[in-house]
Amino acid sequence: MKITVRVWRQPSPDEAGRMVDYPVDDVAEDMSFLEMLDVLNEQLILDDEDPISFDHDCREGICGSCGMVINGQAHGPVKTTVCQLHMREFRDGDTIEVEPWRAGPFKILKDLVVDRSSFDRIIQAGGYVSVNTGAAPDAASVSVPKADADLAFENATCISCGACVAACPNGAAMLFTSAKVTHLNLLPQGQPERENRVLRMVQAMDDEGFGGCTNVGQCTQVCPKGIPFDSIMNMNREYLRAVKSSRGNQG
Amino acid sequence: MLDYRVGEPIADTKAPEGPIGERWSTRKFEAKLVNPSNRRKHKVIVVGTGLAGGSAGATLAEQGYHVIQFCFQDSPRRAHSVAAQGGINAAKNYRNDGDSVYRLFYDTVKGGDFRSRESNVHRLAEVSVQIIDQCVAQGVPFAREYGGLLDTRSFGGVQVQRTFYARGQTGQQLLIGAYQALERQIDEGNIELHTRTEMLDLIVIDGKARGIVARDLTTGKLTTYLADAVVLATGGYGNVFYLSTNAKGSNASAIWRAHKRGAYMANPCYTQIHPTCIPRSGDYQSKLTLMSESLRNDGRIWTPKREGDDRPANEIPEEERDYYLERQYPSFGNLVPRDIASRAAKTQCDIGKGVGPGGLGVYLDFADAIARMGQPAVEAKYGNLFDMYQRITAENPYKVPMRIYPAIHYTMGGLWVDYDLQTTIPGLFAIGEANFSDHGANRLGASALMQGLADGYFILPTTLNHYIASNKFPDVDAADPAVAEVETGVQERLEKLLSINGTRTADSFHRELGTLMWDYAGMSRNDGGLRKALDRIPELREEFWRSVKVPGTGFALNQQLEKANRVADFLEFGELLVLDALVREESAGGHFREEHQDSDGEAARDDENFAHVAAWEYCGPGENPVLHKEALEFDYVHLTQRSYA
Repeated sequence: MKITVRVWRQPSPDEAGRMVDYPVDDVAEDMSFLEMLDVLNEQLILDDEDPISFDHDCREGICGSCGMVINGQAHGPVKTTVCQLHMREFRDGDTIEVEPWRAGPFKILKDLVVDRSSFDRIIQAGGYVSVNTGAAPDAASVSVPKADADLAFENATCISCGACVAACPNGAAMLFTSAKVTHLNLLPQGQPERENRVLRMVQAMDDEGFGGCTNVGQCTQVCPKGIPFDSIMNMNREYLRAVKSSRGNQG
Repeated sequence: MLDYRVGEPIADTKAPEGPIGERWSTRKFEAKLVNPSNRRKHKVIVVGTGLAGGSAGATLAEQGYHVIQFCFQDSPRRAHSVAAQGGINAAKNYRNDGDSVYRLFYDTVKGGDFRSRESNVHRLAEVSVQIIDQCVAQGVPFAREYGGLLDTRSFGGVQVQRTFYARGQTGQQLLIGAYQALERQIDEGNIELHTRTEMLDLIVIDGKARGIVARDLTTGKLTTYLADAVVLATGGYGNVFYLSTNAKGSNASAIWRAHKRGAYMANPCYTQIHPTCIPRSGDYQSKLTLMSESLRNDGRIWTPKREGDDRPANEIPEEERDYYLERQYPSFGNLVPRDIASRAAKTQCDIGKGVGPGGLGVYLDFADAIARMGQPAVEAKYGNLFDMYQRITAENPYKVPMRIYPAIHYTMGGLWVDYDLQTTIPGLFAIGEANFSDHGANRLGASALMQGLADGYFILPTTLNHYIASNKFPDVDAADPAVAEVETGVQERLEKLLSINGTRTADSFHRELGTLMWDYAGMSRNDGGLRKALDRIPELREEFWRSVKVPGTGFALNQQLEKANRVADFLEFGELLVLDALVREESAGGHFREEHQDSDGEAARDDENFAHVAAWEYCGPGENPVLHKEALEFDYVHLTQRSYA
């Protein structure tokens, strides 16, 4: 099939960007969306044009590198990462609009590449269990109820892609942050730092300039890993609990 | 054609003597220590943030070293360890099914087709139990049973259930554990992390590794970083085949530059082909996707009995299906090691029984498992893999059998390291998939995660301590001619790539190299094909440097420049891989030479002539490399023909 890709071109963070149309012929249904962009880029290079920059790596939907807004939807029409989106979702003659994640804390570096280092800084603010290598007790010494382990796992599957922020009208990083808070605060290993973790991570989130949650729920609509909206409620509860607790206040 | 000569043999001089179960304890005791308060005076560079690099960086920082760490991705959590699906082995014997450190050691040496070092493998098995403890303490949400204890499953090549897992995302969960440990140390100011920064060369001064030159991929700026030791945790070289299950950015540049600065490259021909990948669908294919080997626990592999049978799978009656692995290997069945399962699939396709487009596929069928366990149980175990399969192929694997085909997945070869994980350049260490050490000629499933974390959390931090304590580190002047020479070399190479302005893209060269490698040095290899590849690769390389087209400049984000620079290295590395495959006139594990097989078509080793590590020394551009052999001795696991029948 033949399609037109209307894509955001921005040479650098400080220069203005604009949408540019590119025709792509010979698009196969089984191509992934990124393979279609590869084909377009090969063509651009040979035509002496600057190829489109976009982040990608594993192309298996797990590294979280890729992400773009396709026809107004973060990661496009299927609830998966854009590397797992295939051209069979589109029709011959379609014009497909492709834009980078747009949110204040995600500076555009070039074309579709944005700076998501703010996510790493949120994790630095307590998204871990403080246990040095070698200090661990036997793995079987603490049992974890299967339901807790499963819910912790569900939250831990977040790939840090940023779609939740891109989709949120407030540019909030609540789903991302709450997934980590929920993962660790549910487990026995996460208990000693439970209050400090949520207080510091929420603070970091605010400091980075992310917005607040107003229960719109767009984040969960686009999350390729299905992080539940309940996690945000859970983080709010954890936060209130920590504010009230004496341990939290000392942090 | 590239030729070689044989040099002096080498020995792993660091492995202690004595009973195998005591060697690691001995090494730990004999290793010199650095006073905790002195450690912060020492800088250590760690390149890569996957399981090996992430765990090493975090642990060294916890110990007090000043760590300077690098990843080319935008976050350390993107490293390709994240994509490992199935699980991680550990000799916990929580199942009471007869497992032990010794059995894990035995299985790994045997699974590696007797081409790994006994001392290293035993240490790996010992450390495996601590890894699980560490990860659980970090909050890694492993699968659990209803009683709240850890669940395990079995994997190819073994008969115990020692594989810990987190659904089909074990690598992701372990990597996030290491990543969080790393971020904690960044928060504490012990690690200086450079994301979107790629190592482009190694700095060696007075014979010791003392730094790297790296490029900031966002601005294009080249910077020299100096330190007392350099750790490469940069992964494997599977992308030399273009199509592989590796991430698109995975590359061999760091290990290849280290090789050109004097580090020996060991056993590059040992490449692992994974039997259960999704077949390719067209020429535009950019990578291959793996389906975890754990699927072979419940899926049954078959092809139609009749050649060219093109009926849909569900219309082929039971009696006309050939469950060829169960037929040929009754005791291991669908769980034979990866190399055997892969070659068997290729054989089926070669004799015309392949299924799907181009006849390049075999069926992996869950109908029996669904009938036995019910669909919800299959979903709980493999749901994410089934979803992924369906997204890519638009076929529902709950209704029709999956189609699978082997693909390059892991590389057992890598930089030669001694027992201390130190390369032949003092102060340069290689860990994880970047080294060659533990898997011999074939890696068992769920052992890559184990090795990466063993190296990073437990082994390197001990041996690096010893190196730092045993050496003096005079300050390196940034204006040292040896530093300037490396910087200039890097700069000139980038400028050259940008100035050619030819007619072909870097990808088109990469694809052509990959096809050559797959056709002549892929799943099976022969003398004639390998020689053809050795003729063709230098021509292709010359053409690359004459007619590659790299748009843009070096002073900005330029993904094509990054790519071209990596492809240029693959065009050199691939040649050495092929030479190694030609010189190794035997079949062992993932290296199958058609001339060397027994009457059943199984790999035939030649222990008399090839029970050694082939370590290659670089001797300069256009010069023949020198082959150094490290003899392998088997005092505990006796050399036998592997049998999984």
